[in-house]
Amino acid sequence: MSKFKKKKDGGLPAISTASLPDIVFMLLFFFMVATVMRENSLKIQNSLPVANQVEKLDKKNPVSYIYMGKPSSGYEKFGTEARIQLNDQFASLTDVSAFISAERSALREELIPFLTVALKVDREANMGIVGDVKQELRKVNALKINYTTGIGDVETNFN
Amino acid sequence: MAKRSAPEVNAGSMADIAFLLLIFFLVTTTIEKDSGINRKLPPMEEIDPPIIKQKNIFTVLLNGKDQLLVEDELMEVADLRDAAVEFLDNNGDETCDYCQGNKDPRSSDNPDKAIISLKNERETSYAAYISVQNELVAAYNVLRNRRALEIGPSRGFRDMNFTQMQGNYKDARFVGNKEKLKALIDQIKLEFPQKLSEVQ
Repeated sequence: MSKFKKKKDGGLPAISTASLPDIVFMLLFFFMVATVMRENSLKIQNSLPVANQVEKLDKKNPVSYIYMGKPSSGYEKFGTEARIQLNDQFASLTDVSAFISAERSALREELIPFLTVALKVDREANMGIVGDVKQELRKVNALKINYTTGIGDVETNFN
Repeated sequence: MAKRSAPEVNAGSMADIAFLLLIFFLVTTTIEKDSGINRKLPPMEEIDPPIIKQKNIFTVLLNGKDQLLVEDELMEVADLRDAAVEFLDNNGDETCDYCQGNKDPRSSDNPDKAIISLKNERETSYAAYISVQNELVAAYNVLRNRRALEIGPSRGFRDMNFTQMQGNYKDARFVGNKEKLKALIDQIKLEFPQKLSEVQ
């Protein structure tokens, strides 16, 4: 006559962790999809200035990046003045036109006029180097540029 | 021989593997946030510069010590926006019926003729340059926003300033007549054209 067993008043029942992998996989897939691997490893300091009248850089059109800034720690042998970085290496001013031609040759022909050059320049760099690069870009007729900035109040640029 | 059931694989360590992968992707993720100020460089071909009256040019000079000289007077960056708005909106020859400026005959004739000339030196810091660019773009946006709020309602775009119009035009989820919006944006751009020249 033990049809109605007395309930054991043991401890709490263990929580099943069988669905934990599912949750984790869900998170994993989200980050896998949202991840963009860094294209270039920077060898220069690159803290962008801020502005508040910015437009989003349109990713529909092709974008090439030119970085400028002081060589970061570990690369002091390249000097303390701001340098240009193209792809993964330091470059000189004369390399800019070759870089633009290389970027253009990788594009479909109809997209070439829409190539935007994004200038990612460290806030401490001088305008001298930026002006030189702009002049080089004019020579190769890459006229669409974008000064990439963070978003914020311009007052913070001055300290 | 009795049929043996297949042994069950222990899935307990699955979570560990997944966590490992998750942490890897967490660390390598950079959420894209690129935005900035778009500019168009002038083409290389030399064309004879048109003769411009001195009063139609608003000179902004940024020297090597990041000091700002506007129309030959020292100025703080914070005051640049208002000064530029006043210059662009001046309407000296009274041909611009949507301007609200002082009609000072010594300042610009109308927004179409007004040109802002920006000069910097090699030693100017990039941060200062961007700040000045930002303020000048802001001055144009102030005027365009004002104009958009004026004529927007009559075109069916109520409570929308110029920046929002541009945002909506690019937004795929925007419900409304995009062609009309585009026409309105172009009209405002023509009424307050961005004439920003950089001295080399």
